[in-house]
Amino acid sequence: MSMLEIKNLILSANGKRILDGLSLDLHEGYVHAIVGPNGAGKSTLASAVMGLSGYRDITGEMIFEGQNLHDLSVDERARKGITLAWQEPARFEGLTVRKFIRAAAGDMTDQAVADVLEKVGLSPLMHMPRAVDKTLSGGERKKIELASILAMKPRLVMLDEPDSGIDIESLRRIKQAITVLKADGSTVLLITHSLEVLGWAEHAFLMCCGRILDKGDPENISRYFKDRCIPCDHKNLPQMNGDMGNG
Amino acid sequence: MDNLELTKFANIHAAIDDPDTAHLVIGLNKIVSSRTVDGLEVDAQETPDGVKLKIIVAEGTVIAKPVHMCFGLLQEAGIQEIEMDMVIRAGAKINVIAHCVFPNAVDVRHVMDAKISVGPHANYTYLERHIHSDEGGITVVPKARIELAEGARFKTDFELLQGRVGVIDIDYETTCGPDSVMEMTSKIRGRGDDLIKIRETGHLIGERSRGVLTSRVAVKDNARAEVYNKLTATAAYARGHVDCKEIIQGNASANAVPIVEVSHPKAHITHEAALGSVDTKQLETLMSRGLNEDEASDLIVSGLLS
Ligand SMILES: Nc1ncnc2c1ncn2[C@@H]1O[C@H](COP(=O)(O)OP(=O)(O)O)[C@@H](O)[C@H]1O
Ligand SMILES: [Mg+2]
Repeated sequence: MSMLEIKNLILSANGKRILDGLSLDLHEGYVHAIVGPNGAGKSTLASAVMGLSGYRDITGEMIFEGQNLHDLSVDERARKGITLAWQEPARFEGLTVRKFIRAAAGDMTDQAVADVLEKVGLSPLMHMPRAVDKTLSGGERKKIELASILAMKPRLVMLDEPDSGIDIESLRRIKQAITVLKADGSTVLLITHSLEVLGWAEHAFLMCCGRILDKGDPENISRYFKDRCIPCDHKNLPQMNGDMGNG
Repeated sequence: MDNLELTKFANIHAAIDDPDTAHLVIGLNKIVSSRTVDGLEVDAQETPDGVKLKIIVAEGTVIAKPVHMCFGLLQEAGIQEIEMDMVIRAGAKINVIAHCVFPNAVDVRHVMDAKISVGPHANYTYLERHIHSDEGGITVVPKARIELAEGARFKTDFELLQGRVGVIDIDYETTCGPDSVMEMTSKIRGRGDDLIKIRETGHLIGERSRGVLTSRVAVKDNARAEVYNKLTATAAYARGHVDCKEIIQGNASANAVPIVEVSHPKAHITHEAALGSVDTKQLETLMSRGLNEDEASDLIVSGLLS
């Protein structure tokens, strides 16, 4: 059975359909990827699944483990086990990395916090007392976000552009962290426009103009994406594009 | 009531018992306990409503351990007026932690009137931490006039995070000589019908002087905060920054009136102010990890005020 079933999701902003009748199924225990060009609506989809403000006025259905998410708040969805790593993680003045990570898991020893930091390739000694603020690089903040998600052990995690602002060595760490998430029982949805990240997935969706155009084996999706979507031959504005069938 | 009780609330027993740490404990208008160390001269006189202090740090003296001061009263009602004249002579260095303890206040007024002179290349660090009752029946009026000589450094932190604010009206004004460095920070959390007024002023009159005024305020319920930060620069290469953040929840309200004045073409001052509710992205990030909205807000606010 699907863990998350999305049916005919429509979300408009300023009279424009950002999600245009999108449907997809995520299966428990898999590492899925959604690949698509900039502006396809990937982050919007993740925001809608998480229930963020500004993304709640939608039609269609999102059924998570048999329950409609529509009326649930962000934290209620999180307590069902859904979480999201933002494309651009938030900054928190004065909030330490230690407290930020502990917030995701209730009771956590310093050793447990150190463990998740090590898993994303950060030094616990150096990072635990620091604030999750503007003094951290974008890449460090993304790793801290991932560490907090490792601490949470979610049922479903959506990682929005997990490779943005990340160097090659760190990319390897992030890939490993995803392996850890899967081993801990999380279902993963990678959101990306990178073929490398797409290669980490076991199953992939191709997204364009607010819809899913194709799905299946990541290698096939990758080939299609490389040949047809780079460069993207139509602007990712659904209403400007009459010929969706050609992707 | 034993006024040494005050030190329990301030949690400074270790410091009070340490023969190498200077301290001064004032309960209402009584000098409850004091100790000084080499190079630190303290003259304290009881007055009808408080104490009058003259404090001198001798030239070149570096006081290794923080000096603890404890002001306050355990009574529900009373007035405490502290008059302080502090002189830190050339090259001296002192770090003072002042604990202002009013744990049972229902009708209390605490006034501090300080004149502080930080001599050439001297260094003064001052942390004032307030512990109030949950009643809000207190008015605190701290006023300080500070002069920094050439190369002096002055850093002050004011914290009112425990208990209700009541009414606070801070008025600090620092004049900064050449090559001096000034940092004045206030962190205050208000609720109920608390009223917070912060007036911090810095005058960068010496060449290459530097100053930062920082305010961090969180208000909820019907509390109100008014922050008037003013920084002026009249000398070459003076550099300054004013930074005010106020988080507003419930029916609370806040304003920020930053004034920056530059009258030398080679001086430079910047300012930033952010007022509003808790940032949505921060809130939703923590909520996406399972915290409810109140827990998430509290964590964000406590970070900002930490
Ligand atoms: N709140 C919004 N209001 C208006 N347009 C938006 C909003 N959020 C996203 N968009 C637009 O929707 C489209 C999809 O954005 P996004 O989901 O961020 O794409 P992706 O993550 O695939 O790059 C873009 O054209 C973007 O400009
Ligand atoms: Mg995106």
